[in-house]
Amino acid sequence: MGYIIEMLNITKDFPGIRANDNVTLQVEERSIHALLGENGAGKSTLMSILFGLYKAEQGSIRIRGKEVSIEDPNVATSLGIGMVHQHFKLVQNFTVTENIVLGSEPRKGILLDTRSAEKKVESISKLYGLAVDPRAKIEDISVGMQQRVEILKMLYRDAEILIFDEPTAVLTPQEIHELMQIMRRLVEEGKTIVLITHKLKEIKAVADRCTVLRRGRCVGTVPVASTTEEQMAEMMVGREVNFHVEKGAAAPKDVLLRIRDLDVKNSKGLLGVKKLSLEVRAGEILGLCGIDGNGQTELIQAITGLAKAESGHIFLREKEITNLPIRERLDLGLGHIPEDRHRHGLVLDFNLDENLVLHNYMQRPFASWGVLNKKAIKDNAARLIEEFDVRSGQGAATPARSMSGGNQQKAIVAREIDRSPDVFIVAQPTRGLDVGAIEYIHKRIVAERDKGKAILLASLELDEIMDVSDRIAVIHEGEIVGIVQAAQTDENELGLMMSGSLRKTPKGGQA
Amino acid sequence: MSIKILFEMFPIALMFASPIIIAALGGLFSERSGVVNIALEGIMMVGAFSAATVTVLLEESTVLAPWLGLAAGLVAGIVFSLLHAVASVNMRADQTISGTALNILAGGLTVYLCQIIFRQQRTRAFSNGIQKVTVPLLEKIPVLGRMFFIENYPTFFLAIFLVFFTWILVYKTPFGLRLRSCGEHPQAAASMGINVAWMRYFGVMASGALAGLAGGIMVLTADIQYTLVTIHGTGFIALASLVFGKWNPFGVLGAGLFFGFSTALSFYAKDITFLASLPGEFFYALPYVLTIVALVVFAGKSVGPKAAGQIYDSGRR
Repeated sequence: MGYIIEMLNITKDFPGIRANDNVTLQVEERSIHALLGENGAGKSTLMSILFGLYKAEQGSIRIRGKEVSIEDPNVATSLGIGMVHQHFKLVQNFTVTENIVLGSEPRKGILLDTRSAEKKVESISKLYGLAVDPRAKIEDISVGMQQRVEILKMLYRDAEILIFDEPTAVLTPQEIHELMQIMRRLVEEGKTIVLITHKLKEIKAVADRCTVLRRGRCVGTVPVASTTEEQMAEMMVGREVNFHVEKGAAAPKDVLLRIRDLDVKNSKGLLGVKKLSLEVRAGEILGLCGIDGNGQTELIQAITGLAKAESGHIFLREKEITNLPIRERLDLGLGHIPEDRHRHGLVLDFNLDENLVLHNYMQRPFASWGVLNKKAIKDNAARLIEEFDVRSGQGAATPARSMSGGNQQKAIVAREIDRSPDVFIVAQPTRGLDVGAIEYIHKRIVAERDKGKAILLASLELDEIMDVSDRIAVIHEGEIVGIVQAAQTDENELGLMMSGSLRKTPKGGQA
Repeated sequence: MSIKILFEMFPIALMFASPIIIAALGGLFSERSGVVNIALEGIMMVGAFSAATVTVLLEESTVLAPWLGLAAGLVAGIVFSLLHAVASVNMRADQTISGTALNILAGGLTVYLCQIIFRQQRTRAFSNGIQKVTVPLLEKIPVLGRMFFIENYPTFFLAIFLVFFTWILVYKTPFGLRLRSCGEHPQAAASMGINVAWMRYFGVMASGALAGLAGGIMVLTADIQYTLVTIHGTGFIALASLVFGKWNPFGVLGAGLFFGFSTALSFYAKDITFLASLPGEFFYALPYVLTIVALVVFAGKSVGPKAAGQIYDSGRR
């Protein structure tokens, strides 16, 4: 079996950063080849070069042994290369078929031949087991189905080489499982797949070989079957990665955050949080776990002031903050890493340095007499970038929108931790991040705990909750159904509580 | 209201409805391609001025002068709309600002040209505009004949033809699919090899052609010369019809007829017993009040093309 894709000694520069440095990638025909690397390691850049979106400064590309020059995506398409983008490019109110045929439509006279288009889509869908309804509108189908439409778009154009850019980031576990089956089926039918990812479990599950990139350089290519997850993680990060969080025993002290009989309405106008009471002490991490949509979001938004409490009380130390404006809560010592970092964490069109002073921009030294002090803001950014290893193309002047997800999150963590809040609300801190960044953020959270802060950690990742927390509160339908010691529980018990079939109140304490 | 008055209202209602429908179809092309075009009013003014001028200057030498006038309005509309296309596609300007600029420019430009050509602030009056026609055979159809085919302006049939033509082009052809994709999700369109800039140029130029034509029709059917107030807000009523008609050609037809009749009502209200007691001004104001109501009620609802008004940025996520 020969190589279908050969990218030899590729080098690509962006302003201020070398995204690919002498990278070589060779992909065997009819195989699944994983491209592994941290956020910002240069995986997407390399694939964009293959797809004709960027032009490499140096290096050559051979497809099926023939040297080619890929000027734009149309050339890539004609060479049989297709890409499933991480952010789908689908017209929401078009049908599945319309989205697929757009740009190369079958015609009957001057009219669009919808019937034969639908037939062709249906037959391709059947061949690969995609089960997509060609007449459905995109806005009516699930995210997983939408991804299949993206796959169909390429198959309709006779793509032989399929590039998947972080395909599982937006999928549910069930959909991920189905996607893996589809990928295997595609290879059986003679396609070649390049899978861009930072998730080791998925590589283990489907890939044949894996090329690892680190900071733009190629670290090596390994056969997946004979390489462990730990070995791949080490190649990716450049040092041994601890999958478990190192931390000593907690030394809880005073109660810093106290919630009493809290009611909060959800977006549907129903009570998402019902008569909820909870306490978090200084020097401990309280994990909040539950199935998505059981009131975690509402609870956190009520504490941080993003949502209104219907009734009940929230105390920070002894001060009631239930109805205080957000700024006053923050001034009293509340820190927040929001669940949705794009909506609530950053102003995407501001630069990194401006985002790092979003809360205290109007205090000295960042402003005096109502005028911003740009130099102080820049210096502050330089210090935090250094301390928290936030990587970006143009340093402090990088627009937040152009940064990778992991570095955006690091920026938020840097801003919040630097303010040194007494009570730290942390929601989904590692969603979409790679193992290196996850390890780092966990370490910083534990360090804050050891400084005597009270931390409330909400996460949908059970592993994260069990590894990082000292105590775990389980939320089910807006109520705390139990609080357990992290060291004395297991996935099984938590699972039962999350589904509401087990209730547990701690000995002597209040729930 | 007697049935007789209703029948009498038809020709005049259809006369007012035709330019509204045609200009709104122009807006449809533009917005479907992703460019909001509030300059319909200004383009209609330029079209009306050009049509009236050509008609006045040629009517001595040919009986086809009004039709040549319409062609001139169409061409002038395209040329004038190119300003909007260049500003919103190439210069990535805010489309509302660019459209407003065109609306302001149109008034000054046409009056200025009148001054140069006719030495007054309006065109000379033409002796014959477009003539009413009675369609043989079809006029004999009971009821429908009296409504549509006796003593009606042929421009209404042109409007009807354009509604069907637009519907087929936008909804039934590959070209239409591509055009709509640019108005909904230009990044997706571009990723499928579609030239978004060219599609948007087409959309704006089509809106220029149709709005220019509509302006010509308006001056040659409802007026005797072009003045600064010939169009008097009809372009904005067309914009409201587009919103009312949910960016669909048949919806636009319905909305255009509705506004046509509401305008005609001001002429006939005094003959309708239960409306006669209301002041005439009420009916003059009615189409504009309805326009404002339509825009306010529907403005917030996202039934229109999603990317209309957005500057196309290929790198946006």
